[in-house]
Amino acid sequence: MSRATATDLVYLIAIVGFILALIGLSSPKHARLGNLAGAAGMLLAVAWTFSLPAVYGQTKNLILIIVAVVIGTVIGVPAARMVKMTAMPQMVAIFNGVGGGAAALVSVTEFISLPGKQIAIYKICEILFGVLVGAVSFAGSAVAFAKLQELMTGRPITYPGQQPINAGVGLAIVAVLLATILTANTALLVVVLVLSLALGVIFVLPIGGADVPVLISLLNSFTGLAVAASGFTLNSNLLIVAGTLVGASGILLTRMMSHAMGRSIGNILFSAFGSVITATGADGGPDGRSVRTGTAEDIGVLLAYARKVAIVPGYGLAVAQAQHVARELADLLTARGVEVYYAIHPVAGRMPGHMNVLLAEANVPYEQLVEMDDANPEMATTDVALVVGANDTVNPAAKNTPGSPIYGMPIINVDQATNIVFLKRSMRPGFAGIDNELLYDPKTTMLFGDAKDTLTALVAAVRSV
Amino acid sequence: MVDYAHHVTAVAGGPGLMSFITIFVLAAFVGYEVVSKVPSILHTPLMSGSNAIHGIILVGTMLVLGQAHGAAQLTLGFLAVVLATLNVVGGFVVTDRMLHMFKPRSETKPAKEEPPAAGDGPAS
Repeated sequence: MSRATATDLVYLIAIVGFILALIGLSSPKHARLGNLAGAAGMLLAVAWTFSLPAVYGQTKNLILIIVAVVIGTVIGVPAARMVKMTAMPQMVAIFNGVGGGAAALVSVTEFISLPGKQIAIYKICEILFGVLVGAVSFAGSAVAFAKLQELMTGRPITYPGQQPINAGVGLAIVAVLLATILTANTALLVVVLVLSLALGVIFVLPIGGADVPVLISLLNSFTGLAVAASGFTLNSNLLIVAGTLVGASGILLTRMMSHAMGRSIGNILFSAFGSVITATGADGGPDGRSVRTGTAEDIGVLLAYARKVAIVPGYGLAVAQAQHVARELADLLTARGVEVYYAIHPVAGRMPGHMNVLLAEANVPYEQLVEMDDANPEMATTDVALVVGANDTVNPAAKNTPGSPIYGMPIINVDQATNIVFLKRSMRPGFAGIDNELLYDPKTTMLFGDAKDTLTALVAAVRSV
Repeated sequence: MVDYAHHVTAVAGGPGLMSFITIFVLAAFVGYEVVSKVPSILHTPLMSGSNAIHGIILVGTMLVLGQAHGAAQLTLGFLAVVLATLNVVGGFVVTDRMLHMFKPRSETKPAKEEPPAAGDGPAS
């Protein structure tokens, strides 16, 4: 078998590993095994690549490669191991961004190394696509990271003339791209790179913090496509297939995520959602109404003598790291014979499935996690809905107020439960910046405080009942 | 003329542009198909897992740096390998940590042993 055939074969095995990784994610049972298959495929592909003359041919370059891989590993592994589960979304953003950056750099380097005149047009197009999409993904991910890490405001950033400016940058890129294709000029490529980075930034600025995860999924897909473009440039099946797998699955995932929020992708990307905070308070409603607050003891009794309790977790539970205490409370109630389940909204937390990860971390039995569509029919027979640090995902305005920015988003119908208890830090509206009339409902009891503190107080209260 | 692409063409077996496009289109359908069955609770690990897969750009960066000449190419190539490595190791480690928490527990024995406290495991 020739070396080239052997290489193709090894890369094919790696590709199978990647597909198995994606298939494995169809069920929690095989997901981890699948991911290991993907990692094994990656390891195999990278190890084999070291055996290619193109890589080990020049000793100086080989040493640089090894040093670079070591640096990346030494930084990447500890960062990925130590990051808190709540900070996962921004970590994914960063690792996605560097991938996009790498793809853009591959394209730039290829462009420089190709001889000027005789390049086929399609070759330049592939390179430019890689630079454009990779750089947008890199810069966009960086801004997304800054938003989620709260290095900058999570609110949409808008300014006068935003749309014309964005359109102008877009047109400028198209013009420079055409010029580069015609002239194959390196200086023009640098202009493309700079403009693409700028486009990545201004594209993400108007997107609100609550929508950033959908955006990360989209940028993830972009990086996949940039990698596929690099595959075309380098004539590599491996890069084309792996990049395209991610590109296609990422676009579908983006659609599924925006569907879970009841909105279209276009609406999420271009509507500066959440910047119209004042719109709902206008009908004079909530300001004069009073809110009923309870003590931990009252609520403890309510919970202890309920037959069925739904715990509805939100991001507030995640930031307070209260998932362990929540499980403690659930275990305590279960031991008393109360039927307890967790009603999980698809976008609870800051990413779809984020809440499941957090609760799984606290060893909440998998069977107690009920997804929204299955939880809603249960609500009418639920005695107490305990909403822990959630707001927008239970806000009836999504059903009742056509003018509301979240109108149309599916919610967990806690308003149908016999009693509602909100554990909340304050009356402040949620991520989307919309008031929640449910807080003023006569059957609602509020308990203010950090989710971990209030849950701990409830555990003590239930114990002493 | 030493066209760099020729090296890789030799390595990849050198099919033409049209077969690359065929592979691209088929891979797009595979990618779309395999994730259409993923339940929403696994969307975050899926995003992270596919994020790790596009780290395969590492192979591309290695080929480019291996053939780089001159300071500009060496610098860009080196940076690319560092970034791509970050993508690979970070992507797989983060995904594994997430999925570690989904490991199935047996329904028959309710008193299951507590898993070893890996990193930031359960407090009690």
